[in-house]
Amino acid sequence: MTGWLIRGARPLGGDPADILVRDGAVAQVGPRLAASSARGTQVIDAGGLIALPGLVDLHAHLREPGREDAETVQTGTRAAALGGYTAVHAMANTDPVADTAGVVEQVWRLGRQAGHCDVQPVGAVTVGLGGTRLAELGAMADSAARVRVFSDDGSCVSDARLMRRALEYVKAFDGVIAQHAQEPRLTEGAQLNEGEVSARLGLTGWPAAAEESIIARDCLLAAHVGSSLHVCHVSTAGSVEIIGWAKSKGWQVTAEVTPHHLLLTDDLAQDYDPVYKVNPPLRTQADVTALRQGLADGTIDCVATDHAPHPLEDKETEWETAAFGMTGLETALRVVQHAMVDTGLLDWAQVADRMSLRPARIGRLAGHGNPLAPGAPANLTLYDPAPTEAVDPACHASKSRNSPFVGMVLPGRVVATFLRGVPTVLDGKLA
Amino acid sequence: MNRHLISAADLSRDEALLILDTADELARVADRPIKKLPTLRGRTVVNLFFEDSTRTRISFEAAAKRLSADVINFTVKGSSVAKGESLKDTALTLEAMGADAVVIRHSAAGAPHRLARWVRGSVVNAGDGSHEHPTQALLDAFTIRRRLGGGREAPAGAADHQADHQGEGLDGLKVTIVGDVLHSRVARSNVLLLSTLGAEVTLVAPPTLFPVELGGWPCTTGYDLDAALPKSDVVMMLRVQRERMNAAYFPSEREYSRRYGLDSSRMALLPQHAIVMHPGPMNRGVEIAAEVADGPRSTIVEQVANGVSVRMAVLYLLLSGLDPAKATTGADR
Ligand SMILES: [Zn+2]
Repeated sequence: MTGWLIRGARPLGGDPADILVRDGAVAQVGPRLAASSARGTQVIDAGGLIALPGLVDLHAHLREPGREDAETVQTGTRAAALGGYTAVHAMANTDPVADTAGVVEQVWRLGRQAGHCDVQPVGAVTVGLGGTRLAELGAMADSAARVRVFSDDGSCVSDARLMRRALEYVKAFDGVIAQHAQEPRLTEGAQLNEGEVSARLGLTGWPAAAEESIIARDCLLAAHVGSSLHVCHVSTAGSVEIIGWAKSKGWQVTAEVTPHHLLLTDDLAQDYDPVYKVNPPLRTQADVTALRQGLADGTIDCVATDHAPHPLEDKETEWETAAFGMTGLETALRVVQHAMVDTGLLDWAQVADRMSLRPARIGRLAGHGNPLAPGAPANLTLYDPAPTEAVDPACHASKSRNSPFVGMVLPGRVVATFLRGVPTVLDGKLA
Repeated sequence: MNRHLISAADLSRDEALLILDTADELARVADRPIKKLPTLRGRTVVNLFFEDSTRTRISFEAAAKRLSADVINFTVKGSSVAKGESLKDTALTLEAMGADAVVIRHSAAGAPHRLARWVRGSVVNAGDGSHEHPTQALLDAFTIRRRLGGGREAPAGAADHQADHQGEGLDGLKVTIVGDVLHSRVARSNVLLLSTLGAEVTLVAPPTLFPVELGGWPCTTGYDLDAALPKSDVVMMLRVQRERMNAAYFPSEREYSRRYGLDSSRMALLPQHAIVMHPGPMNRGVEIAAEVADGPRSTIVEQVANGVSVRMAVLYLLLSGLDPAKATTGADR
């Protein structure tokens, strides 16, 4: 098997080093490794590039099965690899819903066949995402897909008793319930963050309290039954506070934030362009500031994309009839650099922590999120933070074009991605 | 003027006054035996209605026809728009037909903004969801100016109906708007336009029917109608939908009308010169008592007549400065 000698990259943004990859694993890391020590290796000049452990996404909608017009496992994982990801969690709200061992195994196999990154299916908490009966969580856990994260994402498990049972039940196989926190009665017909902008635009408001009240309840439930709760796409300042409080108690609560909630605000909706329509909605600048702070101080564990592709016709409509969601896999690292690194809130080691190490730990993925050290699986990303370029969704590998960053000038470029020593992306293109 | 009229916020004071002054002149046409002007001959105005509103459609239709425009009424029924794609398809059809102006009524806020991206003609917002209804605000301002312009002494329905108010704003007039502010496009447009024209606007509603955050709305707010009435030159009653009860915005129709309805006893709290407005359609006995609606200080019938003049002015001013749209095949876009 051939190997790779990556010359002069800066692991976690530190001092330049060479990284020798052989047999799918990191063999050596050090200054000026001798090429002769690695017969048959190919050499990459990575001067100036930052080396990160391969990124891990806890939250992506790959749409297959059922909405192959929006995305497939093939196109979604291409997008992921181009974004620097080596593993993505595929959300369960497909058609059919990933609520049985059969469906999660199908998605898992599609990921293996595509080969661009590991696809780890998320199982539904309730049958058909209906919110009334527990899905066969144990069967999904025991399946070839080895599901550990369960979520009804898209809908909230709003029934408190059912949520309690789900949290309790998954303790048997070290599972975690990832909650889409949205109190349904408070958000009937909701279109946009409830505040000044929704008032002016005449759109039904989505109040912060609808997210925060569910998070508070679920933290209490997780503590009560001693289980693990993961909070999806935290979007408000109040949510950050509640999660900080739960963590201060020592409860097993983790949380994610999306790139778009780290950068964009609700006033972008002023022309009613549905590319800015997402659930939970874009919030205010004060929320953005609190989310960045929460991610910087570790209250929020990780960045997850909530990559939600939609075909053009589902977005080229009136705001109220348009679909919720934004693509994000191909822009996530660039947005994080812009919002968190270039602002001095995170260094690259912390970016690795928030985008690889911690999400891998939350997702129970042993083969991912490991430090770049000898013996670790060679999942890594080479990233050039220097170039800047406007985002052009037409160039994205995702099947859909609904990027809210369209036209924004963002820094950075993913140059290469390695999955267990095999390049999935080289020179910014699919390998 | 902008190419489109989508929000009352699009209008400067001068532009709003120009519309009102033009409407004044055009209103005189209505008094002539032949009501037609040749101004927009050869131009096409499309009334694109995704939501039933016969009164508004007829008003725009009459306005366009009195200016000799060709009028096409395009009513899209509920089921065919269920998925929503049809707004764009419809826009492309109108483009191909060479519509110079599209008057759009839609249940979704922001539909006119979307439409304006897809057509080259002027877009006039005839009511979009809970967002805005700028020509309603213009006709309300026009009605207020005719009744109360040049001082507040003119008794209701006085003979100075035809007095010349050219160039006059609504400076210092106190307008109280009462009812379902949260869901009212009429309230949003009126707050913006009347304040632009110098009026002092107060919104009165139960707290549930206000947006949670009003931010920079140029108005004051209150929950107590009786406190607001004695200081009002104009009181504008908004339609309240009975369904709101079911979503717990208020307990019952009876309680709503007791606290926020305008009946004869509340009328006694108003100054002598004050007028009563309603954008229609009314719920008699809920937000307004029948004897108030039909009383001499009610401008409700006048508002309807003024609607035609104001819409004539809007179409005239939007279209007269622009080159006629050319019919396109759509292939060159
Ligand atoms: Zn979600």
